Amino acid sequence: MSAARTATLRDAVGLGLAVGLYGVAFGAAADAAGLDVWQALVLSALMFTGASQFALVGVLGAGGSGLAAIGSALLLGTRNTVYGVRLAPLLAPRGVLRRVGAAHWVIDETTAMAVAAPDRELGRLAFWATGATIYLGWNLTTVLGALGASGLGGTAQAALDAVVPAAFLALLWPRLRRGFPEAAVQRRVALGGAVVALLLTPVVPAGVQVVAAVVAVALAGRPRTEADELASSPGDGAAPRTRPTSAREEDS
Amino acid sequence: MSSGTLWTAVLVAAVGCYLLKLAGLSVPAAWVERPWVTRVVEFVPAALLAALVAVQAATSGPALVVDGRLAGLAVAALALALRAPFIVVLALAGATGALVHVLAG
Repeated sequence: MSAARTATLRDAVGLGLAVGLYGVAFGAAADAAGLDVWQALVLSALMFTGASQFALVGVLGAGGSGLAAIGSALLLGTRNTVYGVRLAPLLAPRGVLRRVGAAHWVIDETTAMAVAAPDRELGRLAFWATGATIYLGWNLTTVLGALGASGLGGTAQAALDAVVPAAFLALLWPRLRRGFPEAAVQRRVALGGAVVALLLTPVVPAGVQVVAAVVAVALAGRPRTEADELASSPGDGAAPRTRPTSAREEDS
Repeated sequence: MSSGTLWTAVLVAAVGCYLLKLAGLSVPAAWVERPWVTRVVEFVPAALLAALVAVQAATSGPALVVDGRLAGLAVAALALALRAPFIVVLALAGATGALVHVLAG
């Protein structure tokens, strides 16, 4: 095996082990939200996208409706669609079966590893190796977390209650850190999302405030491209949500 | 919430998230790679994850509350800023929450 392949595999397995730790936190969060071990495991096996899984159990744990929980999970799942578009030429999955299989592992980590690989062959190896190690580790540790968290006493429960928001913060943190594209804008949107959610908490049914916080994306402003300049309308430019009409005009 | 409702939410959300992934590999790139689509998708995680942090740390039902969770969150933020590993961040947050529970209890 070439040195490049070995290095790619080593990175993939290392990342898989690291991400596995999040599985423990997810299993514990699912238990805290009232899900049983099977439901936690089905989420990790079938949904297999961490932020959406955390969002689903987070909203359910906060007393939210199934609809609000599904909505927040799907909103967070949209970025995997963009990853898929980026990965399609690299993976070029031949046949329906391979595409259906590859799609299941289109997540943050596999995309990052595949896109960062020096060539296309290593990119594919990185995708499949990262996907396989994370899939195994994530499901295994989900069960450990869910079993470990069940039957905790009062003080341990208070500890778990404090672990869940910390886990969400740890998921969010890399986006806010210097070095992430437009980190300052990410911070503004994050602050806006938190403020919207807290303001709405007393007045909307539980969970709805999380989905509604997506309006804070408007704080990101308009995309900065020439095509956008042609299609944009005058104004404060801070409302992507009001712009589907102009985007449609742009395409026709 | 009944077990059936939970299962419905689990399965519908899981299938939906899978279809979002499959769509990325299946639809023409031009459908997705429009400036405003990518712009929104880039920032949805920040808005939603921050909302979840706030709701998980500072609310209980319809009420805003301050308890050990918020103290744990502050400690977690400090640990993250100091680049502590994930498991250390969670352990410190959990220990803080437990400490506040014992002191307040």
